[in-house]
Amino acid sequence: MLLIACAWCGPRDEVEFRYGGQAHVAWPTAEDAISDAEWGAFLFIRDNPQGDFAERWVHQHGCRRWFNVVRSTVTHEISAVYPAGQSRPESAPGRSGAGSGEGAR
Amino acid sequence: MAADANPQHLWRNPDPRPSYDAIVVGGGLHGLATAYYLARNHGLTNVAVLEKGWLGSGNAVRNTTIIRSNYLWEESAGIYEHSLQLWEGLVDELDHDFLFSQRGVLNLAHTLGDVREGVRRANANRLSGIDAEWLTTEEVADFCPIIDTSPGIRYPVLGATLQRRGGIARHDAFVFAISRAVDAYGIDLLQGCEVTGIDVVGGRVTGVQTTRGPIASTTVGLVAAGHSTVLAGLAGFRLPIQSHPLQALVSELLDQVLNCVVMSSAVHVYVSQAHKGELVMGAGIDSYNSYAQRGSFHVIEHQMAAAVELIPLFARAHVLRTWAGIVDVSPDASPILGLTPVDGLTVNCGWGTGGWKATPGSGWCMAHTMATGVPHPLSAPFSLERFETGALIDEHGAAAVAH
Ligand SMILES: Cc1cc2nc3c(=O)[nH]c(=O)nc-3n(C[C@H](O)[C@H](O)[C@H](O)COP(=O)(O)OP(=O)(O)OC[C@H]3O[C@@H](n4cnc5c(N)ncnc54)[C@H](O)[C@@H]3O)c2cc1C
Repeated sequence: MLLIACAWCGPRDEVEFRYGGQAHVAWPTAEDAISDAEWGAFLFIRDNPQGDFAERWVHQHGCRRWFNVVRSTVTHEISAVYPAGQSRPESAPGRSGAGSGEGAR
Repeated sequence: MAADANPQHLWRNPDPRPSYDAIVVGGGLHGLATAYYLARNHGLTNVAVLEKGWLGSGNAVRNTTIIRSNYLWEESAGIYEHSLQLWEGLVDELDHDFLFSQRGVLNLAHTLGDVREGVRRANANRLSGIDAEWLTTEEVADFCPIIDTSPGIRYPVLGATLQRRGGIARHDAFVFAISRAVDAYGIDLLQGCEVTGIDVVGGRVTGVQTTRGPIASTTVGLVAAGHSTVLAGLAGFRLPIQSHPLQALVSELLDQVLNCVVMSSAVHVYVSQAHKGELVMGAGIDSYNSYAQRGSFHVIEHQMAAAVELIPLFARAHVLRTWAGIVDVSPDASPILGLTPVDGLTVNCGWGTGGWKATPGSGWCMAHTMATGVPHPLSAPFSLERFETGALIDEHGAAAVAH
């Protein structure tokens, strides 16, 4: 079970959370102008990296608020936690000063 | 039935040649089946299968081996039923007894919604020419007496669909059987050969870079399950696939107590008993993306709780071993099998939690697509373009648990 540091409540067991997939997916701005291919890509295609992944979690059985996490899909280590709406921390995973990073390498 | 369970010769371990007529990337179930039907149906034998680990080291021997074809939609019924019919001949054809056992698959219904879905699916299956029956609670109790069918439990059994031709087989023995047959055609099985680059010139594939050197071919098929998006990235396009852990477990060896496959979407478990005697169980994917081949233990606890609720005598069994594979989940729970934006490059992925049963049918259609450059009629609906046209084949709610 993952130990996830909620950006608002601190570390809690994974079972308190729900997963939200890739973070920072923006609604297409020119929604009337984009092609079917672009619309299909927005609806159905998400990044699926083998390595660090910026993803969303919601503390469903706690504060019920969303936040973002940078987690390795290879080791499951979480290197950054930051509020929804903030951009992904620039610094390398593990050396991040942003958020209450859990399990830094 | 001259099937031989312990053949003397398995396969060669050749060095890569500089070029092949066709290359299959991924020596798992569908890659091996693709190579087999390239030779058997299309006479193509100057072919290599490139496997980064050893043959079958992906999900091929991690799955819970359930075989059935009782999916809801006609497109699915077409390819899964073709597959089931191929399974019915493969023990003899491959001359290797991999314990294919048509012991019946029960999909239990626990709510009025489940009952309606099950009856509808059974009717749809019959219209597609697939054997399907609806069993009442009493008939479920007769067919599989160890299921708790009493009315007082949290999720009472209100009925079930039954596909008698469904069942299980031994996955590792099948990998041996088909690898041996592929090798006998003269196809090179290249193990320890990871594809690290895909060469594209003027929009057309010309070969691959591997850990065993470059290999040229103008016909390349990607059949890499959970690693499909990584490979597509090497060729410069994206796939609507997310990689997740899917866990399973076995008990110690027990006397035979379970005579069929039991699946339940509502309490979320599926279980069968292998010929050797272990109970084999699985459930749903872990929620998060992962390439780690391990998942979280609460998923195991959840499926054990469901199994013990349904079949109380399992409370006395012990978990011997748990493991995970990385499955390739698509948005509509249906596979992606067809052409890509790169000429000569085909893809076969997105089988997610349920591709073992589809192995022969998938290989049959993939071989046709690679050999002719045109999708097979049975796989044509499963094109990558459906995520642009919107012609999805939504098997999420409808296919019972998708395994
Ligand atoms: C726990 C579990 C239970 C399951 N239960 C069932 C079930 O009951 N019924 C059912 O029908 N299905 C089930 N499945 C699903 C089934 O196992 C898969 O759908 C099936 O194995 C897919 O076959 P494949 O050939 O696409 O993938 P795999 O068998 O995983 O083969 C892909 C291969 O590609 C190789 N590869 C990856 N990247 C590269 C590279 N860069 N270069 C070279 N090679 C590479 C991998 O090493 C691997 O061997 C289950 C899966 C799991 C994990």
